[in-house]
Amino acid sequence: MKERELVIVGGGPAAMAAAISAHESGVKDILVLERDQFLGGILNQCIHTGFGLNHFKELLSGPEYAQRFIEKITGIKDIEISLQSFVTNLNSDKELTYLRPGEMEEVRARAIIMATGCRERTREMIHVAGTRPAGIFSAGLAQKLINSEGLLLGQEIVVVGSGDIGLIMARRFTLEGAKVKAVVEIQKESKGLIRNVVQCLDDFNIPLYLSHKISKIYGKHRVEKVDVIAVDDNFNEVQNSRFEIECDTVLISAGLIPENELIEMAQVEMDKKTNTPVSDEINKTSVEGLFVCGNAFKIYDLVDSVTKDSIIAGEMAAEYLGYKK
Amino acid sequence: MKKEIICIECPNGCVLALEIKDGKIVQVEGNKCDKGVVYAESEIENPLRVLTTSVMSEGLSVLMVPVKTREPIPKDLMLKAMENIKKIKVKKSVEVGDVIVKDLMGLGVDLVATRSVR
Ligand SMILES: Cc1cc2nc3c(=O)[nH]c(=O)nc-3n(C[C@H](O)[C@H](O)[C@H](O)COP(=O)(O)OP(=O)(O)OC[C@H]3O[C@@H](n4cnc5c(N)ncnc54)[C@H](O)[C@@H]3O)c2cc1C
Repeated sequence: MKERELVIVGGGPAAMAAAISAHESGVKDILVLERDQFLGGILNQCIHTGFGLNHFKELLSGPEYAQRFIEKITGIKDIEISLQSFVTNLNSDKELTYLRPGEMEEVRARAIIMATGCRERTREMIHVAGTRPAGIFSAGLAQKLINSEGLLLGQEIVVVGSGDIGLIMARRFTLEGAKVKAVVEIQKESKGLIRNVVQCLDDFNIPLYLSHKISKIYGKHRVEKVDVIAVDDNFNEVQNSRFEIECDTVLISAGLIPENELIEMAQVEMDKKTNTPVSDEINKTSVEGLFVCGNAFKIYDLVDSVTKDSIIAGEMAAEYLGYKK
Repeated sequence: MKKEIICIECPNGCVLALEIKDGKIVQVEGNKCDKGVVYAESEIENPLRVLTTSVMSEGLSVLMVPVKTREPIPKDLMLKAMENIKKIKVKKSVEVGDVIVKDLMGLGVDLVATRSVR
């Protein structure tokens, strides 16, 4: 089996910052494994601006933020970047298995940084009754299909959940010519940044129903309408408050879960509720020399904070490998 | 006249208390930095937004090229601008910052690529 000093899994902002920082701290043999064809991670589909104000003191879009790191990392000879490389197995001896076109590779690393990001919660996880017609998407998937693949997914949209991704997608659908009929949020306040409520909803007069929930989705083949109900402080349904909204598309923006199945395979002690490693220190796990950073370690609101903490992950790995500060 | 608006320049989202006279701002309170004052003036006199979207490509490594207006454009013209932008196709490789449409709709603002695509 091949041996490497440091293997980093992922190719998003967390992985790139960690790789660059480990290199700057002295590590000279670094392998980065990314399953996609490109570096950049989720930033490639986040085409709106709102990135970089802290790290670069500039307002950038997601791809622009990523590009700065892509340019830097691809200029460092000691960092080998292997794209289309899907890590499928990891054990507590820090041995990794990954697939790349036509090949299955195994590698043992002296240190590993996992920067695998997160995935979205789905309709199943928020329990909405009704049928299962076409036209129900998670908001991040919709973002990818519209922004990266140029598909308009529907004409009349209801967004469930008012996190930033839901808000950004409400604007996105509006700009693409669809009608966003409502954003429905069960909490008393929007979960997203207030600036996104202003520039994504208020700017386009999109109604935000706080303390409301979608109780049912109707439709045989395609979504036809949803039931909306007001809820009280204990999230109990308010009697006689039900009304319908006709729509052909429902976007679910119900939050993100760290992607950590691989470290679970390596016997890392996990917090089952948050799907994150149990840890008393940032980026650390219960397995020595196995670090986790970015959205895989905890869900971050801002990529700038991901970068900041992932730089620390690179330094921690270098220190573990015996490089002095 | 008094009015409250929320500054959208950064994630802080400061609540700005404005004193407006004859359509002009005479006082801004609640801003944590100078950007708040500039934002308030523009928001009352001529609200502007950076428009971000993506345009189709042909023969390149990705299907869509993300773009933005290099400077903010009038808020009311965003949907109009989208109609124009939808007709565009990018056929040559571009670098971040390359101009996709010069002087979009005569607004004096260029539409530029936000991703390098080959
Ligand atoms: C829709 C959305 C909107 C956002 N808007 C903003 C905003 O306006 N401003 C802001 O500052 N932040 C925003 N964020 C947050 C910011 O984008 C993220 O915090 C940041 O991108 C996380 O970086 P990451 O590297 O941890 O994860 P990601 O960018 O998700 O990267 C993880 C990478 O790991 C790869 N990977 C996963 N598993 C494997 C495997 N088994 N093998 C190989 N590779 C693998 C994935 O392909 C991916 O490329 C937004 C996030 C989302 C999801």
